[in-house]
Amino acid sequence: MSAFVQQLLVLIVAAVAAMIWLGINALVWVYCERKFAGHIQRRPGPFEVGPHGALQPLIDGLKLMGKQLLTPDNADAILYWLAPILSMLPVLLLFLPIPYGPVLTGMDVNLGLLLILAFSSFNGLAVLLAGWSSNNKWGLLGAARAVSQTVAYEIPLLLVVLAVTFMTGTLSLTEITNMQAGHIGNWFIWKQPLAFLIFLVAMFGETNRAPFDLAEAESELTAGFHTEYSSMGFGLFFMAEYGYMVVMCSVCSVLFLGGYHGPFPGVDGWWWMLLKTFALLSFMVWVRWTYPRVRFDQLLNINWKWLLPLATFNLLATALILKL
Amino acid sequence: MNTFRKHVIQPIIDCWSLIVGLKITGKYFCKPLITVHYPREVIDSENLSTYGGHVELIGKPKDPATPKCISCMMCVTNCPSGCLTVVKSKAPKPTADQEAAWKAAEEAGEKVEKPKAPKNPAKFIYDYTKCSLCGTCIENCPAKSLRFSNNIYWVATSRAEMKIDLLARLKGQAAEVSAPAHAPKSEASAPAEKEA
Repeated sequence: MSAFVQQLLVLIVAAVAAMIWLGINALVWVYCERKFAGHIQRRPGPFEVGPHGALQPLIDGLKLMGKQLLTPDNADAILYWLAPILSMLPVLLLFLPIPYGPVLTGMDVNLGLLLILAFSSFNGLAVLLAGWSSNNKWGLLGAARAVSQTVAYEIPLLLVVLAVTFMTGTLSLTEITNMQAGHIGNWFIWKQPLAFLIFLVAMFGETNRAPFDLAEAESELTAGFHTEYSSMGFGLFFMAEYGYMVVMCSVCSVLFLGGYHGPFPGVDGWWWMLLKTFALLSFMVWVRWTYPRVRFDQLLNINWKWLLPLATFNLLATALILKL
Repeated sequence: MNTFRKHVIQPIIDCWSLIVGLKITGKYFCKPLITVHYPREVIDSENLSTYGGHVELIGKPKDPATPKCISCMMCVTNCPSGCLTVVKSKAPKPTADQEAAWKAAEEAGEKVEKPKAPKNPAKFIYDYTKCSLCGTCIENCPAKSLRFSNNIYWVATSRAEMKIDLLARLKGQAAEVSAPAHAPKSEASAPAEKEA
């Protein structure tokens, strides 16, 4: 078998695995989020379908699939239906370069980090298309908010990632993980604590999650950019949102928490990666059900007046220390 | 220096409130749930007693099947939604003998004492579809004959069922109190059946 065919097979298997992984994550995290929210408010969350409501997300998915696909009057039909697909497809690609285990990497690209950052910005475009093409004032407002938000929060995110890559000298996620091997002291969170914090905040901004969920602010914009979407059109946006969350948390654990490396030598494995990612995801859910939504000017002020200067300072300091 | 403190130092110090918030929700996450899973569990009597359901009549202490109500119509007058209908009782219709006797007495110049109408209402209909549970009827009742019920599990499947005959309900409750052995657990379902 030629190397090309072999590579192609690996890629196909990886893409299918990424799809399955995405589907499972969406189901599990929709359930976990609702349970988490319930328990924080001292109620049980979904409880009736399956043991402790475990089948609820599955049933919700079936319900969504069974619904009618509606295109609103005067909507731009092509763009309208392109948007959810455009939101969903890049997510599958994003899972490929993430090293989940020593051998569990879909596609070991030496520009993996760049690939993830580049393709994750597709979501902004998809949201803009969705909001604009649905011919709805809420949708348009949500889209405008989403774009100014994601564009703004991308800058500190990139600067922070740049600071880490200054240290590693590579954009390959596998190599970045390997540089943190050994014990917990080698994790980059100790060398770049400020970068970790900025990444964490920017992560919420990038994924449009509460307290930065201005794009879909229920109380003001009904559902923001996906107001008009029914059935799986909405379902795809929903899945993509959870997909981006998982990707962002995975990247965070690779960059700062040592990826699949355990806290002490000799226990490396995919389970560490999974544990760290899920811990970060739980943190995101926890934050969502703790803080109220910020106002839009506050959102941009946090970014332009705090995150951006801090990220720049962090980058310069990293460069200076490395030079010395 | 002061502006620096206000705009740079203070926000950083204020970030502590983020941790405080997370601590609060985290604490609540670990506390036991307080939801009652209705079909499998029922609400305990302590919580039931604080529940304010629809309006109901209070019986006389010695005769629980008859309301304390004196048909003064204060509740009907004060109800902002007009959901109460009270019909006063009429005096018992005199028989032919009685009428003849009264006539004779009047002709003889004696003072006739015709029987007065009883104070109890003949009908007490409560339209729950209109009620906003404001409690004005309860506040204005001079005989203290109205209160909010604890009827938490009450269900109606049609508009007609939402019109509750409160007198019948009171009778049902009195019968249940006098013979509690027949209705062991659910005070809730028994009156609902009677109303239906």
